[in-house]
Amino acid sequence: MEVGLNHYLILSAVLFCIGLYGVLAKRNAVVILMCIEIMLNAVNIALVAFSRYVVPVFLTGQIFAIFVITVAAAEAAVGIAIIITIYRRRESVDIDKFDLMKW
Amino acid sequence: MSSIVFWLLAIVTVGAALAVVVLRDVFRAALSLVLLFLTIAVLYITLYADFLAVVQILIYVGAISILIIVAVMLTRDVWHGSPPGKLRIPAIVVSVLLLGTMVYTVVSSKWETSSEPPLQPTTAAIGTNLFSQGGYVMPVEISAVLLLAAILGAIVLIRDK
Repeated sequence: MEVGLNHYLILSAVLFCIGLYGVLAKRNAVVILMCIEIMLNAVNIALVAFSRYVVPVFLTGQIFAIFVITVAAAEAAVGIAIIITIYRRRESVDIDKFDLMKW
Repeated sequence: MSSIVFWLLAIVTVGAALAVVVLRDVFRAALSLVLLFLTIAVLYITLYADFLAVVQILIYVGAISILIIVAVMLTRDVWHGSPPGKLRIPAIVVSVLLLGTMVYTVVSSKWETSSEPPLQPTTAAIGTNLFSQGGYVMPVEISAVLLLAAILGAIVLIRDK
């Protein structure tokens, strides 16, 4: 069977859901950040697959993927800075103990 | 041939993603995340996105994975691992439901695929698309400001008072 757009979209959906499970279920903040990266990568696969199969000569999806990668890099830098700052204060990366913003 | 490559890549990708979620050792999870990034770069090559594949290797495999591994080493909770929290069962239910919905939508939609051959190589075309008239000059400038803000934010957060 020829590999087409559907295959890539379903692979992207599977990766996205694995990442979503990790974000919801994990307690280690660094692992949650990793799972967010998985989700962003899944979205990128879908964008590039659309670009390849729907508009092969315009590359719109690939340009969108470049912007997603930019935002993901910024997000990773700030996210890890926040995690390390909280770790310094609390000696823990357990998300259940991050209740600073609870009143 | 290309379908064999796709299935191999799909199996490795999903396996690596599952390993990130399932493994209790955070450092091993980070290493399988690197494997995931690499296989996604190869997936981009199968989709004729050569520039994006190189960008993926440079930024994800080169920069973000190093950042994450450094974060794992700085936060010494490595030895406690990453146990699943209280929300494990609801999380499984939510993600399986979302997966079912997405797969159903993808399979039942009629995508208007084009039979034109893909553009190759893509680097020059992406450059002209980004910077030409009516292109994406404004988003490029905004993402530059976003990166600057991210750098400043990270420095301010990390700095010792």
